[in-house]
Amino acid sequence: MRLLSALLIGVIFGTGIALSGMMNPAKVLNFFDLAGTWDPSLAFVMGGALAVAIPGYRLVLGRPAPVMADRFDLPQTRVIDRRLVLGSAAFGVGWGISGFCPGGALPALGTGRIEVFLFVAALIGGLLLARAIEARRILARKPA
Amino acid sequence: METEFTPLASLAGGVLIGLATVLLMALHGRIMGATGILGGIMRWGDLADWSLRAALLAGMAAGPLVMLGLTGQVPAVDLPVSTLAVVLSGLIVGVGVSYGGGCTSGHGVCGNARFSRRSIVATLTFMATAFATVFVIRHVIGG
Repeated sequence: MRLLSALLIGVIFGTGIALSGMMNPAKVLNFFDLAGTWDPSLAFVMGGALAVAIPGYRLVLGRPAPVMADRFDLPQTRVIDRRLVLGSAAFGVGWGISGFCPGGALPALGTGRIEVFLFVAALIGGLLLARAIEARRILARKPA
Repeated sequence: METEFTPLASLAGGVLIGLATVLLMALHGRIMGATGILGGIMRWGDLADWSLRAALLAGMAAGPLVMLGLTGQVPAVDLPVSTLAVVLSGLIVGVGVSYGGGCTSGHGVCGNARFSRRSIVATLTFMATAFATVFVIRHVIGG
């Protein structure tokens, strides 16, 4: 039941991404191209998602616990630091280069297009690279 | 390359994304963030956690098949950039979302929906640099 519900939630998400146009890099890049072939569609994606998620979260997070887990697993970090800003800035640059973001590309794997697999492989490479850099920094900080 | 303005399909797709986000929190108490789901897939140890993420990911990848069933067409993936640009972009996005702690789904939808200050700052930042990057590539370098 637990896994089946997660599978179905994934299907709803993936179908939403596909229907919305978020998995189409040409459409995503045109949203950012105000000075050229601008396509404002993606504003409607964010608008539709937030119109459901804002009241939905309010309702759900007011309950004592989720249906199939012990507690709500929410990010505890509050600080706005350089990591957050520079990391997000880099993400935007990468997003602007190809038009793929993780939420768009993962469902797009289902189209079987080789370019999507290349993007996701590079994305995983980037995640692992950041992890390796962090592991080294933590090691370096420890006194010998 | 021009693309068609699709306010209704995009709004409906957005509503489904929002619905999945709320359901995942209501049932499993989790954030519907693509970065977090993928990052957790690459950590072993907790089988219950891993299998939940794998089920989500498998469901996501079925999205295009649902669209194929409904419309008779695989959803478009039009790439107006080179393969090298795709790989470079994937690497930059991977490092960026690691440090930024999320992407369009995690910060853009989930975080903003609960008015997290970190997510609002992250969203404004990545939207700004994406607009700037496309402007530079298309109108400064390419123009």
